[in-house]
Order: sequence, then C-alpha cells, then structure tokens
Amino acid sequence: MNKTVNQKAWFLVLPVLALVSFSAVIPLMTVVNYSVQDSFGNNQFFWAGLEWFKEMLESERMWNALWRQLAFSAIILAIQIPLGIIVALNMPKSGFWASFCLVLMSLPLLIPWNVVGTIWQIFGRVDIGLLGYTLDAIGIEYNYTQNFYAAWITVIVMDVWHWTSLVALLAYAGLQSIPDAYYQAAKIDQASRWAVFRYIELPKMAGVLMIAILLRFMDSFMIYTEPFVVTGGGPGNSTTFLSIDLVKMALGQFDLGPAAAFSIMYFLVILLISWVFYTVMTNMDKRDGV
Amino acid sequence: MAKITLDNLAHSYSPNPSGPEDYALKQLDHDWVDGEAYALLGASGCGKSTLLNIISGLLEPSQGRILFDGVDVTHAPTAQRNIAQVFQFPVVYDTMTVRDNLAFPLRNRGADAAYIAKRVQEIGAMIGMEAVLDRKARGLTADAKQKISLGRGMVREDVNALLFDEPLTVIDPHMKWELRTQLKSLHQQFGHTMIYVTHDQTEALTFADKVVVMYDGRVVQMGTPQELFERPEHTFVGYFIGSPGMNVLAAEVRGDRAVIGGQEIGLGRSFGQPKGRVEVGVRPEFTRLGAEGLPATVKRVEDVGRHKIVRADVGGTEVNVILSEGVPVPADATRIAFAPEGVNVYSDGWRVAPEAATPEGAAA
Amino acid sequence: MTDTTTSAPGSASIPGRATEAPIAARRKPPIKGAAVVMGLYLLFLMLPLYWLLNMSLKTNAEILGSFTLWPRDLTFANYATILTDPSWYSGYINSLIYVCMNVAITLTVALPAAYAFSRYHFMGDKHLFFWLLTNRMAPPAVFALPFFQLYSSVQLFDTHIAVALAHCLFNVPLAVWILEGFMRGVPKEIDETAYIDGYSFPKFFVKIFMPLIASGIGVAAFFAFMFSWVELLLSRTLTAVEAKPIAATMTRTVGASGVDWGVLAAAGVLTIVPGALVIWFVRNYIAKGFALGRV
Repeated sequence: MNKTVNQKAWFLVLPVLALVSFSAVIPLMTVVNYSVQDSFGNNQFFWAGLEWFKEMLESERMWNALWRQLAFSAIILAIQIPLGIIVALNMPKSGFWASFCLVLMSLPLLIPWNVVGTIWQIFGRVDIGLLGYTLDAIGIEYNYTQNFYAAWITVIVMDVWHWTSLVALLAYAGLQSIPDAYYQAAKIDQASRWAVFRYIELPKMAGVLMIAILLRFMDSFMIYTEPFVVTGGGPGNSTTFLSIDLVKMALGQFDLGPAAAFSIMYFLVILLISWVFYTVMTNMDKRDGV
Repeated sequence: MAKITLDNLAHSYSPNPSGPEDYALKQLDHDWVDGEAYALLGASGCGKSTLLNIISGLLEPSQGRILFDGVDVTHAPTAQRNIAQVFQFPVVYDTMTVRDNLAFPLRNRGADAAYIAKRVQEIGAMIGMEAVLDRKARGLTADAKQKISLGRGMVREDVNALLFDEPLTVIDPHMKWELRTQLKSLHQQFGHTMIYVTHDQTEALTFADKVVVMYDGRVVQMGTPQELFERPEHTFVGYFIGSPGMNVLAAEVRGDRAVIGGQEIGLGRSFGQPKGRVEVGVRPEFTRLGAEGLPATVKRVEDVGRHKIVRADVGGTEVNVILSEGVPVPADATRIAFAPEGVNVYSDGWRVAPEAATPEGAAA
Repeated sequence: MTDTTTSAPGSASIPGRATEAPIAARRKPPIKGAAVVMGLYLLFLMLPLYWLLNMSLKTNAEILGSFTLWPRDLTFANYATILTDPSWYSGYINSLIYVCMNVAITLTVALPAAYAFSRYHFMGDKHLFFWLLTNRMAPPAVFALPFFQLYSSVQLFDTHIAVALAHCLFNVPLAVWILEGFMRGVPKEIDETAYIDGYSFPKFFVKIFMPLIASGIGVAAFFAFMFSWVELLLSRTLTAVEAKPIAATMTRTVGASGVDWGVLAAAGVLTIVPGALVIWFVRNYIAKGFALGRV
C-alpha cells in the first residue's frame, strides 16, 4: 500500500510512546544508571565507569550461563520448528476434528508459566508423577533434581510440550492459505509428496515460520519461570539460564551493579541475534523477488 | 491426444443424493473428439468446473465412466491420465525460476536432461518468455504467471488433453485478447484436444470450434457458435448467448399461430400443439419495430455504436430490438413483429422443432 | 460386516451402517497416518494435564500413599479449600482484574498507533516501530528490579494497575504489530470514502474502521490476554498482598508439613480454566488468528 506522508500521525502514536516510555525507558535508564555506579549501601552511589561491564565480561559465571542459554535455544528451535511443521501437515483441514485439535493444542499456551512448571515438576516425580514413576518402573534411572541429563531433558521436553503448538498453529495458518489449485496443479505435474512440501507448502509457510522462529527464539532466550519451578536452576548450575542467573544476582544477592551490566548485555545479545535473524530472512525474501 | 468419452456420467457432492437437485452434474453422455477445441460455457455454479475436474481426475464421479480412447480411467489418478490443466488463478512455483517451472512436469516424469533443456527452450519461445527464463517466478505479473502455467501445460508433448478453467479471469483485458489468440494459434499448430471452461460468451465463441453450454448441471446444447445463435435449444442458451439475449415471451401456440398477451400473431411455420409452459423466443436481431404485430411501448434507446438497442415493453415483458446503424427509430413504432426465420418455440424451456412443411401448408 | 454380505437387493437405499461403511472406506483411506501422528501429539499434550486433574481429585493420602491412574477415592475437598478461602480465590480475582485492565489499555493505545503505522509515513516511523518491537524482546528479568523501584516510587506498588501497566511493555508492541498487519489489509479507499461522506476521524474510526478489523482486534485481545495471564515474574515482583496473582498464591501450598499436593493440583487446574474458556469462545478463529493477518 502506498502511504502518504503525514506528520500529524505522530499524535496517534503518542499514547503508545508515552506508555512504553514509562514502562521501558525509565526502567532502562535505571538499569543503565546502576550499571555504571557502585554502592556501599545507604543509598550512596559512586561512579564506577565500565567496571561492572568488564567484570561481567570476565566472569565465567555469565559466559557459562550464556552458553547454556544458546544451547537451550538452539535445541528448542531444532525440535520445535520441524515438529510444529509435521503436526501442522497432519492436522485435519476442516470440520469438527480441526476445531477439536486446535482447541486442545492451544491449551498449553494459556497456562500460567509457573503452573506449566508445576505440572512437569509433578509429572516427572518418581514417587507421584506418571512420567517419573513409569520410567522408574521400567528401570530407567531418572531424577531431574539430581541428574544433569534428566534435568535438561525434562526442561526441554517441557518447553516442547508448552510451545510446539504455537509453531504448529502458525504453520497451519500458513498452510490454510494455500489455494486448492496448487495441490491440483502439483498432482497434474506428477509432483512427489516431497516436491509438494518443498515447492508449495514451505514457500507459503515461510512468512509465518519466520515469525515462529523469531518468537520462539526470543521467548526461549528469556525463559525463566518454568525451569525455575522445575529445577530451580539445578542440579548445581546446570539449568541456570540467563534470566535465572540474573534474577539470582539482582534480587537474591542484590548485586545491583553487576546485575545491571549483565542486563544490558543480555538485552543487547537478544537484540543482536533477533536483528540478524530478521535481516537474513527479509533479505532472502528480497533476493527471491529479483 | 485422445478421444474422451463420458459414459452415463453424473456427480453429486453429497454422499447420499436423494433427488436430482442434489446433483451438481446431471447424467451426461458425451464424446470429446480428438484434436478439437471445445468451450464449456455457463454461469457460475452450473457444474462446468465439476465436469472439468472429473475429466482431469481431481474428482471421482459418483456414477458413470470416463474413457480415454476407449480405456476406462474413471478411477485412475490424475497423474496417470496424462492431462494438463490451467487454473483460474495462476499456479506457479514461486521459489523456482521460470525455467525450472517449465521443466518441472518433465523432470517429475523422469525425462532426460537434454530433452528437457531443448523442450523448455521451445516452450519459453512459444509463450514469449525466453528473456526471463532464469528469473524467479515470484514477482512476475499475473499474466506472465498465467503464461507459465500455460507453458507447463504445453511442455509435455504427449498430453491427452489440455484443460482450462477460466484461465483469463485475472488477466487485464488487452492481455486477454493476446493470450486467447496465442491459445488459438497453439491449437491450430499442435492440434491438442482442448477444453476451455468460461462464463464469458465472447471468450467461448472466439476460442472454440464447438461450444458446450451448461445450465443447472446439465448440458443444454452443444454446437458451433452459429448454431447456438440461430437455434438455441433451450431458452437459457437464448439469453445467455447474444448481446442482448433472446427475447422470450409466454405464449399459447397452435400450429403456426401464437397468442401472446391476448394478441394473435402468425409464426410463419407450424409448431404443432406444444404442451407445458410454452414460450416464443426471438433474438433482437430478428425483431422489428413498425406498425404491425404486438402492441409495444418504447422505453429507451441505447446507442452502442455499431447499432442501436431499443428497449420496449410488450404486455409487461421487456423486449429488445436491434436497429442497424443509421436506421432511425420509426415514428409510428407502436408494434413489434418477428421475422419468421428467427422464431423459436419452447416448451418447458426446451426448443420445439418446427413441423416439416405439410403438403397442404405447401399448397397454401 | 454381516450386514453387507447378506444385504438384499434394494437395501442399498436404506441409510445406515450397511450403506455408509463402504462409502467411508472408499472415500478416505489416506487419513490414517495423519490421525496416528495427531493422536500421538495430542496424547503427549494431554497426559500431563490429565495427571494434574487426576491429582486434584485425590486426597493427599492417596497421592502419596499409592500410585493410581485415576482417583479411587474421589474428592472435591481440594477445590472446596480454594473456593471457600478468600486468600486463595482473591488470587484469581486479582489476576483477572489486571489481565482485563491490561487488555483494555493495550487495545486503547495500540489501535490509533497501528492505524498511523499502517496508513502514514512520518518522521522516524520505521525507527519507532522497530524500537517498539525491541520491547517485546526485552527479558522481563531485566526489568523486574527497576519496575519494582519505579512503581514503588510512584506509590503504585501492589496495585492491579501496576501489573497491568508493566505487562503493556510486551503486549503493546505485539498488539501494534498484529493490528498493523490486519489494517494493511483494509483498502485505503474506505477511509477516503468515509471522509468524503463527512465522517470525522473518531467517528469513522469507531463506526466504520473498527468493525472492519474486528477479527484483528479479537486476535490482539487474545494475545494480550494470553501473555498477561501466563506471566508471573513481573506480576509477582510488583505485588505483595492486595493484588497478588493466583500464580504467586500457589507457592502457599508449601507448608511446614511439606507440600499440599492436592490443593496445588486443584489450584493449577483452576488456572487453566479461564484460558480454556477463552479458547472455547474463539475456537473458530484460532487458525485465522494465528496467521496474525500476515498470510
């Protein structure tokens, strides 16, 4: 659509600007302020320059949390995107069963995140949880509070359980927008099932899949509540992701300076990766057009 | 290339059709002669797309058989029928280049690379897209995309038939003409059996050797454009084809006389004693204004350039009269008369053939 | 089976098993694989939920004492505990209050902004749009402490509006983005026609434009509801007693005598109910809604 230039449109954006400034800019300034100061209590602050940033960049704790976080997000995307597509491809196209699947699939998305954690915390317990009990009964050693692998697998399966439906629903919406004629033409051209997916379904889903990847990346990178409830970041620090580490530092130890520096770098990493995703994908779009 | 036979075919979208109204396509027997160009003409929802999809195998008919050169293909999947189809909205594989799009049907059938390259080049030239063969199909205009669909249909030399489902709907008017001409010359050059579905009479009449008119799930007439114009088999054909369509007036017919709105006129030929709902149909081209015939009131005169259309009212029914260019509307235009060679009589919508001239009639 | 083999001539016209079975078998054999995939996936989704429901209907003695696949000793006592104790059910009321406030605020400010982005070019529009979206990317953990200080300093700590405003941080950008997508689909000629017909901007916007993007508003409201309802970190940080959300109240079940599993499970089940209700009402729009107007 060709838009007209109209500076008065600013008035329409003003409420959003005011609201988001209040909710974002002021707190962000506070964070920046903390990040360059030091305090010895009594609300007395001293200029610390980039000390905290330096400290954080040298801290093994932050780097470990960052690598854990990247590994987690990568695994999540690698499972959820293909699985979501597979589910979307197998969903009924219309009728009662389509609604039935949609309703059940949306359910996990609307459960408060700590309840998601609670559900899996219970489900995985060896004494009272179906999963834990069953695994224990067939002789698999499984204890997500003690065992590193069990903890990771639990957290990952939980996130797959929680969010794959979002990817599936987005992909399904993309699939629904493909006119029947495309499938008919493919039949006439004797295209294989794979070719139909590769040349018709995947290109039509590309737009929504990009949204899915971005959303899933951002949200998995910020994950806090669910693993916190299930594992509390343990055993040891093995599931201490960035947000968990940050909250521990800021609210638990009240190390405001380092936590603030940490926050800013954390935010910048998300922005950077999201921006890279975004540009790469929009460029792919543009290149295809030429 | 093949002769396509429809044997006792019918289709209903409901699994348990209870009556004829449940059938999207009513019982039909028909041969599509090898190498002819047909147009399937009808209003939206008349069953023409259903018929096309049954021929291409996208739909399985609820009853009857389809034979390609005598071989029953009723239950054969689309791919085995070896037909090509062009759809209403251009279907192209966006992420492929134009070249790959054209090569796709051949590659899927395992043709060898050298042949594919040669064939794609030929087709590219034929549809006038050699220059953009290496471009991605995404971002091309609708008519370029439709040309690619067309090219994909033509690329296989051995197709049994080429089917078109309103292929020019999304094309600009001036491109429509160009593409239609191109289609026609391709047909003359290669002699594919073509079936072209449309609701546009100009498209149908200019494209096809034979036009098949469908109405309410039924084939009401098949014939050359001239036959459709002169002897519409059904009142629907009468007013669907022609601009404006045929005038249809309720009448009582006895032999060669008809009573229309209490007024008796002569028909020139005898039509016996037709039963049911009887109507007289006369094209505007065979209708004259003057001092004799049925009383009429002229409502409006439209000058459309080559001729004038006079809209008149005869006992509550609108009747159109075409006057050639330069002919003025007569001052005493109070009555309307019909040229005998243009009069058709219909019973319950279907044409009643005039009786062969009897010896007495000849004597009189 | 026996019906079809012994059927007399003419029985085919009798509706029923004998005629329907062969038609069904002939028409849709290829769905089988898909049904298996979907069945397994839905089973995976439903099992943990079933387990929660199952536990909520058991007594603690049964939960801890024996491993049972369904409640042998069915009890609603856990639900009774929650629904009769104000300190429990007020958590639900608090949550619902701030979620509804958030949805209302989000839509009120996002609608005009989305309109501006979808219709006009103005100085800094692209940067502003990207800046808005970056707030969706901001980890709530980063904002927890500053929010606490900010809202304490303006005397809003432990109020519903504080949580509602805090959630606007990520809901407003998302809503602007979703609504912008839907609004772009509405031809500009509609606006122009309305102005020519003498509508003022507010009247046009409410009377003509909003009904046109009703589905978009529904989708934005759905997402705002969803993200506000499920969020815990900020809502817990910004509340103490008065506006404490249900999700935070659930930690109460950990007492001196250990965890009260039955009540915890019942509270969990009850947090799922509002979401399930919302989904039920929008079930016919879910597929379209998730396309976010961008397909």
